[in-house]
Amino acid sequence: MDRLVDIISDSLFFGLGISIICYFAGVFIRERTRLAIANPILIGFLLVIAVLKIFDISYDSYMNGAKYLSYLLTPATVCLAVPLYEKLKLLRENAAAIFLGIMSGIIANAFTIWLICILFTLDETIFATIIPRSVTTAIGMVVSSETGGIENITVALICITGIVGNVIADVVCRVFKINHPVAKGIAIGSSSHVLGTAKAVEMGETEGAMSGLAVAVSGILTVICAPLLLNMVY
Amino acid sequence: MRYVKQFSIIIMISFAGELLKEFLPFSVPASIYGLALMLLALMTGIIRVEQVNDVSTFLLDVMPVMFIPASVGLMESWHVMQSILVPAAILCTVGTISVMVVSGRVTQRIIMSREKRKNQRENKKKNKKR
Repeated sequence: MDRLVDIISDSLFFGLGISIICYFAGVFIRERTRLAIANPILIGFLLVIAVLKIFDISYDSYMNGAKYLSYLLTPATVCLAVPLYEKLKLLRENAAAIFLGIMSGIIANAFTIWLICILFTLDETIFATIIPRSVTTAIGMVVSSETGGIENITVALICITGIVGNVIADVVCRVFKINHPVAKGIAIGSSSHVLGTAKAVEMGETEGAMSGLAVAVSGILTVICAPLLLNMVY
Repeated sequence: MRYVKQFSIIIMISFAGELLKEFLPFSVPASIYGLALMLLALMTGIIRVEQVNDVSTFLLDVMPVMFIPASVGLMESWHVMQSILVPAAILCTVGTISVMVVSGRVTQRIIMSREKRKNQRENKKKNKKR
């Protein structure tokens, strides 16, 4: 048994393989149950954690192989430009709607967090930690530390937000009657960054393209707005 | 070779994104610079869609799996998260729903009103012709 764990710990393909297998288990469960909560990323990462815990494999030896998957995230995000280019006409036609949509999302985010901070009497640090929750990790981390937030917690919150967004996107769009593909994409991208975008790409080409755009624009706007919001509130 | 060529173009743009991140003073990640560069290259015709299409379709298809390792990373920050897990989960859910609904509805409302105006204009034109 120990020997097995050693072999696994040394293998580069264990982390990679287990990630893909667990993701596919998630896809399989979703297709069988058709539940929104049966989300492949959610099930996938919970299964990976379960496997690591059961066989007592350290996070580091898992990441030894799994990190190569993370490396591909940058090129994949770059590739979001391709569907966006193919929908460029749609983007030009709806530029005002898209910009105002993303901007209103940022204000809604700030307002919700402000309300929660008042309700639970949370301080400035917490506010700065939570504000960049809905943008892509690389931007969120920087915004958090620059405005005086706690970087580790921000990263965890960004991750949770992404998973939540990926899981609830379908249901929220249906319940609140967001059915225009451009609006759907903007909604998902500005609320749950690249992780939500993975869902938007599944929904359709337009949704994916617009979601990718929303991630970039809302990320950049958050860099500009977060310090201003912080000054306004505190 | 087709795939090698396509992949190398995408990797080169990712690298250019990283360079921009190093030399520009803004806190924008390499991937977002890369996205902008790729869009610019496609718009100016430096790169044609066919030159990156196959590999980019593949990468976008695999994208969800790429988030598994980062999510497993939550396990590492478990000791920090444990005490605030419930409020954090509630906050993220409520916040995500509110942003999703507001930005989605606002975008949709503006698009719809614009399309309506466009239709009205077209109807007027038709009426004039009559």
